[in-house]
Parts: sequence; C-alpha cells; structure tokens
Amino acid sequence: MKTNVYMFTRYLPFGDSALIVEFGDTINAAINRKVIALSETIKKASIKGVEELVPTYRSLLIRYNPAETTYQQLISSIEKIEKALEEALLEAKKGRIVIPVVYGGVYGPDLSYVAEYHGLTEEQVVKLHSEREYRVYMIGFVAGFPYLGDVPDEIATPRLETPRLKVPAGSVGIAEKQTGIYPCETPGGWRIIGRTPIKLFDPLWQPPALLKPGDTVKFKPISEEEFARIEELAKKGAYKP
Amino acid sequence: MNLFHVLKPGFFTTVQDLGRYGYLGYGVPISGAMDTFSLVAANLLVENNPNDACLEITLIGPELKALADTQIAITGGNLSPKINGETVPMWQTLTIHKGGVISFGKVENGCRSYLSIRGGINTPTILGSKSTYVRGKFGGIEGRWLKAGDVIEGFNVPPIENTYKMPENLVPRFTNDFTVHVILGPQADMFTEKGVETFLSNPYKVTIESDRMGHRLEGPTIEHKRKADIVSDALLPGAIQVPKNGKPIVIMRDAQTTGGYPKIAVATTPDLDRLGQAKPNDTVRFSEITLEDAYKRLFEYRKTLSSLVGKLIKTV
Repeated sequence: MKTNVYMFTRYLPFGDSALIVEFGDTINAAINRKVIALSETIKKASIKGVEELVPTYRSLLIRYNPAETTYQQLISSIEKIEKALEEALLEAKKGRIVIPVVYGGVYGPDLSYVAEYHGLTEEQVVKLHSEREYRVYMIGFVAGFPYLGDVPDEIATPRLETPRLKVPAGSVGIAEKQTGIYPCETPGGWRIIGRTPIKLFDPLWQPPALLKPGDTVKFKPISEEEFARIEELAKKGAYKP
Repeated sequence: MNLFHVLKPGFFTTVQDLGRYGYLGYGVPISGAMDTFSLVAANLLVENNPNDACLEITLIGPELKALADTQIAITGGNLSPKINGETVPMWQTLTIHKGGVISFGKVENGCRSYLSIRGGINTPTILGSKSTYVRGKFGGIEGRWLKAGDVIEGFNVPPIENTYKMPENLVPRFTNDFTVHVILGPQADMFTEKGVETFLSNPYKVTIESDRMGHRLEGPTIEHKRKADIVSDALLPGAIQVPKNGKPIVIMRDAQTTGGYPKIAVATTPDLDRLGQAKPNDTVRFSEITLEDAYKRLFEYRKTLSSLVGKLIKTV
C-alpha cells in the first residue's frame, strides 16, 4: 500500500523561534506515526534549545530558543536521530480508550442527515461509526479536541455549510473522513451525530487532556439512561473511560 | 486581599501574564499579554516580577474603585487613564488611595493598556499561568473578561519605597501604521510569485473582526497557486494564514493551535507586541527579513527587556 510518506523529509522555517519537520501532506497513519515517533525521540534525546513539540497530522512543529540553537543546528540534530526514530516507530504502544456515546435525537441532530446523505438508516450509520477503531491523529482546534480517523467512506460527510454558533460539550462530529469530539461548548461546523457524557479536557488535570496523539479510540453506543448515569459519575470524577 | 472593586468592566478587560507555555500539543494556546513589552514594563514599575499578572485593557477601559491604598502603573496604548477624574501619567509608578477610582477615556494611541498592581493579581495559576483564555473558559477570573461587581484580589505585600518612570526613549510610540517583519514560510510556496509580491508590497487594513485570536486584514488579494487549504498543521502567534479569499489573517495569542489554511509567512517575535497594539482601521505592512537578521532583532529585543529594570528612572 502506498503510504504517501515523502521520500525526503521537508524542513520549513516558522518565524524566528520555530521550525516544522514535515513527513507528508495527506491524512495517513504511516505519516502520523512518524510524526509522533519523532516527537518522542526528540523528547528523550533532550536536544539543547528545544522548548516545545507540537505533533500534528503530518508534521512536527518544534519551538526553540535561538539563543541556544539555530534552525540549521536543529536540522542537523534531527537528521542524526533518524536511526532512533526507527526504534521509536517499532515500540510505539499507546492507550486504547472507549468513549460512550448517545447517537441521534437532540444529542446528534445531524445523524438523520448523514443517514439520508448516504442512503443508509440511522442504525447503519451508528454501526459503521462505532465498530471501527480510530487513531488520534492530533489534538487541536480548541483545548482537548481530538482529530480522529479514518471514518469509513460509507459515512464520510462534508461539514455544514454554515457552522453552528454553539455546539454542546461532548458532541461527536464527522467532517469528511475525520471524526472528533468537542470538549467544550464552541462554534463548530462538523456534522453532529451523538454526544458523550465524559470529559475530554480539564485544565486542572495533568496532563490536561484525556487523549493524546497515537492513542486508539472506540465509540460505544449507549442509551439516554446510561448517559445520565455516566454523566453523574464523570462529574464526581468517578468514571474511568 | 481585596484591592479593587470593578464598577464598570470596560469593553474587554482580562487578567494576563506572559502566557501559558508547554501545552500547545493539547490544543491549549499560549495566551498571555498581546503586548509583552508593555506588560513587563508595568510590572517593573511597581517592583513586581516581570511575569506577574496584570489587567489587559482593550479600547474602552474599566472603572475600578480602590479598596485599599496601593501602587499601580499603566503602560501600553494610551487610553487616557485617570484617577478620581484627573488625568494621570503613564509609564510610571502611581499611588492610589482607598476609595480612589481609576477610569479611562479616549483612545489616544494603541489598542491595549496594561495595569499592574504592586504584588500582582491573585488569581489561580492554571497550567503554569494566570492568563485568561476566554474560549477555554479558564485562567484569570473564572476564565472570562471582567464584569461589574468583580473584586480584584492582590497580595498583602509592603509598598515599594522608590517610585519609577520609564525613560522617554524606551517608551514605544504607537501610530496607526505598523511595519511587521516577517520570515516567509512555512507554506509560501503555495502562493504565486505575484501573490508573495502583493503580500509584501501593499498596506493591509485591520478589520473590525480582530481580537485576541487574530487580526483579519483587508487589502489586495493574495494569489494562491492552486489550493487554498492544507492538511492542518500547527499554528503559533504571528503566523499569517491566507484562506481562499486571499485576505491575510494574523494569528494572535488566543488562536486555535492548528489550522488548515496555508501560512505565507510568520511575523517575528518583537513585532508581535506591535501587532498587539493594532486596532481596527490601522494599517499593517509586511517586510521580509532573513532568519539571521530576525535572530539579531530578537536578541536585541530580549536585551532591551532584560536590561529594562536597570534603566528605570527613580523618581523618589
């Protein structure tokens, strides 16, 4: 299978205190695995001047202190750790988290649209969405928002033409072949098919987000009664996903 | 210790320090003062730590009643600060007595004032910072902008014996026309040569759709080669995105941490402070510099900041 990983890694400047290491320009697990492996390898190698690492779908942003290193020095350090990268790729073992979701109704106002769009029943959409394991590609957009993929082609659906001004916290959405969970109430344009009662982000947690890039997520359909019960537990911090 | 009672909140007043670093990978933006230099100066003028939390005041200032005698300093954009109705100087230590009222008036220049309080503002430290992140609803006072009736709490610290003034030559001058130095990339190659030329040679106007998340600019359309979207990658303050309509958006401190528009260039760190003082209808011009020159400017800027404390003029 074609992985779409670039033959040659691209190094791109990002202002006076950051650079980007880019492995590809598509949404693809092989590219993302390499991004996360590089992030972890750099963390372990504690390279002088590196201040922060931001892994995304296809590239790693490295924030650095130019008083301690430079763009060129960093590139040569990274080229040297390519071997360690191979090992990090092999050993990569990550968390698997099950997210309970009530699909449809007021919890998932776009479920019927997604079903109609593809000529499926709502039950079929739920089954297709929840039977697959998803990869957490990255966290972005708002604090704790996981970008998950890949959604089966049978239910991949374009975003809303006009984003909603308010999407409730916990909403589970689809945008093309991505699925994601809104950790807090915010404007948003993804097709909302369900809602989870569990919390994805809390600034008082360490780390503050439930999920991290490279984790695996599976959605579990639940009833409204279970939603209420889990919501109560989650409020007390007594629910372990 | 209760220091101020908020009589009127102003347009958008938040608690900010130097920002929240280390959590971009969890989708948490850096936040912090839009004009770092002015925040640091405000703190030093009352012998605070450079990173202590201040009030960031936007265009229309609040009205604050002092609940105890305290010392303050007001820096940044000139929003015509007053104590008990009398105009007070900026960029120097001021004393306010219990019952005194701080207020603001006309926007003389810039967009944001910083009000430091001797000892700093006492709000919880969340993920290493006191900065307010309104969209995430945390930091500062309950993760929101001030509202009438709020009480600003401080620390019970002795007043400073000296008072200070910024030397005139170190006070930034804010006009309505900002030149921002940029380094092209990371996605400058997604624009035509003409597009890059358009970006670098034309003035852009700050629109009303500008806030702590970013400045939307209006001006000549920047031409993409083919696509106007990318598979999302990371964003930092200063990144200049150009969506399909060809109008640049400068990412600021509360912006989302990832984005799907190509970035033609990134503004250099010292110029972020200036951008933090740009307001609707101001003009922004982009000027390309090399990475080497950008490092030089950055080191000069850091030196100015770190030597600031020794350069303040003692007034008592």
